[in-house]
Amino acid sequence: MMAPLWSDYMIWLLVVALWGWGLILRRSPQVREQWIQIFQSRIAMVSAIILLAYASVALLDSVRFDTAQKGQITLLDMAFESIATQSERTYSAPFADREYNQSLVTRDNGDVEQQYLPLKWVQAEVSIGWATLQVLLSAALLTALLVGLHLAWRARVHKLGLAEYGRNVWRDQTRLPWRTAYVTVLLMLFVWGWLGYLSQFYHVLGTDKVGQDVLYTAIKSIRTGVLIGVLTTLVMLPLALFLGISAGLFKGWVDDAIQYLYTTLNSIPGVLLIAAAVLVMQTILNNNPQWFGSTEERADLRLLFLVFILGMTSWTGLCRLLRAETLKLSQVDFVTSARAFGVSRLTIIVRHIMPNVMHIVLIAVVLDFSGLVLAEAVLSYVGVGVDPTTHSWGNMINQARLEMAREPMVWWSLFSAFVFMFLLVLAANLFSDRVQKVLDPRTQTR
Amino acid sequence: MTAVLDLRQLTLQAGSEVLVDSVSFAIEPGEIFALVGESGSGKSLTAMAIMRLLPDALSVTAGEAHLHGQNLFALPEMAMQKVRGKKIAMIFQEPMTSLNPVMTIGAQVSEVLRLHLSLSGRAARQTTIDLFEEVGIPNPHERYGWYPHQLSGGQKQRVMIAMALACEPDLLIADEPTTALDVTIQAQVLSLLKRLRDRHGLSILFITHDMGVVYEMADRVAVMQKGRVIEQAKTQHFFDHPTEPYTQKLLADAVPVSEFKPVLERPPLLEVTDLKVHFPIKKGILQRTVDHVRAVDGVSLSIGKGETLALVGESGSGKSTIGQAILKLVKATHGRVVFQQNAQSHELVALKEKQMKPLRQKLQVIFQDPFSALNPRMSVGEIIREGMQSLKVGPRDKAGQQKRVSELLEQVGLLPEHAQRYPHEFSGGQRQRIGIARALAVEPELIICDEPTSALDVSVRAQVLSLLNHLQRQYQLSFLFITHDLSIIPAVAHKVAVMQAGKIVEQGEVEQVMTQPQHPYTRQLLDSAPSLIRKRLA
Repeated sequence: MMAPLWSDYMIWLLVVALWGWGLILRRSPQVREQWIQIFQSRIAMVSAIILLAYASVALLDSVRFDTAQKGQITLLDMAFESIATQSERTYSAPFADREYNQSLVTRDNGDVEQQYLPLKWVQAEVSIGWATLQVLLSAALLTALLVGLHLAWRARVHKLGLAEYGRNVWRDQTRLPWRTAYVTVLLMLFVWGWLGYLSQFYHVLGTDKVGQDVLYTAIKSIRTGVLIGVLTTLVMLPLALFLGISAGLFKGWVDDAIQYLYTTLNSIPGVLLIAAAVLVMQTILNNNPQWFGSTEERADLRLLFLVFILGMTSWTGLCRLLRAETLKLSQVDFVTSARAFGVSRLTIIVRHIMPNVMHIVLIAVVLDFSGLVLAEAVLSYVGVGVDPTTHSWGNMINQARLEMAREPMVWWSLFSAFVFMFLLVLAANLFSDRVQKVLDPRTQTR
Repeated sequence: MTAVLDLRQLTLQAGSEVLVDSVSFAIEPGEIFALVGESGSGKSLTAMAIMRLLPDALSVTAGEAHLHGQNLFALPEMAMQKVRGKKIAMIFQEPMTSLNPVMTIGAQVSEVLRLHLSLSGRAARQTTIDLFEEVGIPNPHERYGWYPHQLSGGQKQRVMIAMALACEPDLLIADEPTTALDVTIQAQVLSLLKRLRDRHGLSILFITHDMGVVYEMADRVAVMQKGRVIEQAKTQHFFDHPTEPYTQKLLADAVPVSEFKPVLERPPLLEVTDLKVHFPIKKGILQRTVDHVRAVDGVSLSIGKGETLALVGESGSGKSTIGQAILKLVKATHGRVVFQQNAQSHELVALKEKQMKPLRQKLQVIFQDPFSALNPRMSVGEIIREGMQSLKVGPRDKAGQQKRVSELLEQVGLLPEHAQRYPHEFSGGQRQRIGIARALAVEPELIICDEPTSALDVSVRAQVLSLLNHLQRQYQLSFLFITHDLSIIPAVAHKVAVMQAGKIVEQGEVEQVMTQPQHPYTRQLLDSAPSLIRKRLA
């Protein structure tokens, strides 16, 4: 039975909203041209595919079912069922077949001996090289199938023969860098397939203190990271848009009030404000246990609160930009002309101001995304982030603090969190660079 | 005598597109050579090519430029660096953006001296002050430490000229140096350039689109059209006997029409009485009002039905503010604006926005800058429909409105299918036509034209003016025509009002004001107009 949490609803609502927005944008030839221009860059294409992969993991992780035996599980849990349930006793290194620490074992004859105990779920007889080859072949086959379908579609759109269009792609003579895209898809499928397939026989990224598979934790953390990056924008955007445009358009005391508000908010150190708000929230949650039925719901509520708090503290930058741009736009002749036609203020905002500040909004949103993912890690490290039971990179890093001090060092938790977060943030940053370059009128030379 | 600059068969290409096609000319020592053409004709590109400052996308595919017999295109970049500024100097159209706003003007000029002539700090300072004196900047000692924002546009252009002259170049390239300036300032800058030419034997390559300025300044003229020089002659001969039809048309469009419009005796449609618009100057934390800027200070005027009143004045005289106050886009501080409609007079200043809305249909506006007047995110059809929807004029259903949009587009000389396109696909003149169609869509009686032609080329300007005149005859439209350009007034206006510092100093029929100006300011304005235009008006 489906049993979605609040954050699941919101994330899917966002997908629907984005879809609708995309459909509206498709109608404007200018905007279409701009997006095509964005994807003409190879780096943007690769980044977008990586971001898409992260997003689809987050979405898979947001379809939740209630099961009798295993409690709440998501589609992602089903895909990675083997590692979700196969817990060891304690730490083990990546691809190890024994535990990382020695344990005391009492022999039958009464002798006590220190031993590296074998791991429960590892099938060390499976050859890694052979498995890699298998995965590579199946990834290549799957890619070939997908590429074939895509080629057929594009060739039909361009009214070219399949062979001819394929040749164009091979020589990289298409408008969008499809060749790069195909290579990226192949690599992605291979890496995911490799991780997924080998994780049935090994703990690919080791296990943590309580024997939980680190790969599983890292993958589950994707949802938290993406959620914080995306939903926070959803909270912050209406505030920034409404307040920024009002300040710029109405001027006078409205402008003064809004400026005082964001200047004040800006001058309080961000972490301090967030820490205070999180403590308040914890108290509220403790005093109202009737709000949630299970620990999952509590963790989810806490996550949403964090998103809300981050949103409330991060709208000021965009608001300031929008105010300045609106001030400028409200003096431009086409707005004057609209006023001479007696067009109402609201219509002026919707029809004349909003479309002309959208590039700023988009740039800010894409730039903020990576900042927010990092902010989650920092906040959890400080101890005011998401619930300790929520899988998140911040929590992983927080645990790793102690693991790094052990002798011998346990490095794989930190390493996994780092790699997963690094890829996401790097892709987001590279993509936002390109978005900024194309959409920002100041960087365009005509 | 050998030529200072000898340009031979210069050809520029962007990819396979030829932008400048085998352009040749030579400039003698002490000569002012004018390169005339409309926007996009390649005149600025030619100058950039001589300086070797072309954008990366463009390249010189053929031709040579010899400065004193030395081929500039063959020089290495290091040597060219020395030529720029030292042998060839350049001044630009926009004095506001050509000076560094965070450096004092003295420092900017003496930097050039130190760099190119290796003068010491004190010597550079003294030379700079001498230069300022020469280009006519008052109190040069004191102004040495001023920042660009403290100077007026004309003075900034003088600083630019001082900077260009700093190293005593052989050739000065002046790219539309007076286009952004008022007529009186333009006259001063032009006479300064002439004086400097006489004193230093400087050769000037003068790039402009303004035939009046050419007539005033040039010894020889070359006309460019679509990247080619189509006619080249001595100035006097050029103006007396132009050979090419394109040149003849340019000249005809540049001078004012010789007949004045007959004066109409019509009942007034709009009467403005003692209008004042004051903007408060606020200071301090509490934003107390300490003083007022008197943008419009007691203006009275009236416009009859089917009549055009030209409002002339220099920038900052408050003429645009009057237009905005009539439309209630800025709040009038004092005075009455009475608009006659259906035998009823409406006092606009006292009206609330709601009461004003039905009247907005009758009062419309056309703007100066065709690029900012249209929302880049709306299609032309949506732009024209906006007023019809807001004011509920014309057909209410979408099909009917689309039909009306097509009619309007045809009326202003565009095609019905242009309704689907976006503003960036159109040229400046076409955009201005779209702006006119947008105003016409709501069937107004009075259109306030705020410098509608000053951003346009002369030939396009003539077309737009004749379109406006045509529409006036067809629909009995009244225009309040705000302009700084005296040469177009006889072609459009029945009456004229001259503004200075928020006040109207003289008004009356066009013929009377233009031929027998009473007020000294009107006389000064007319005297500042290039002699080509003055001759026709007198």
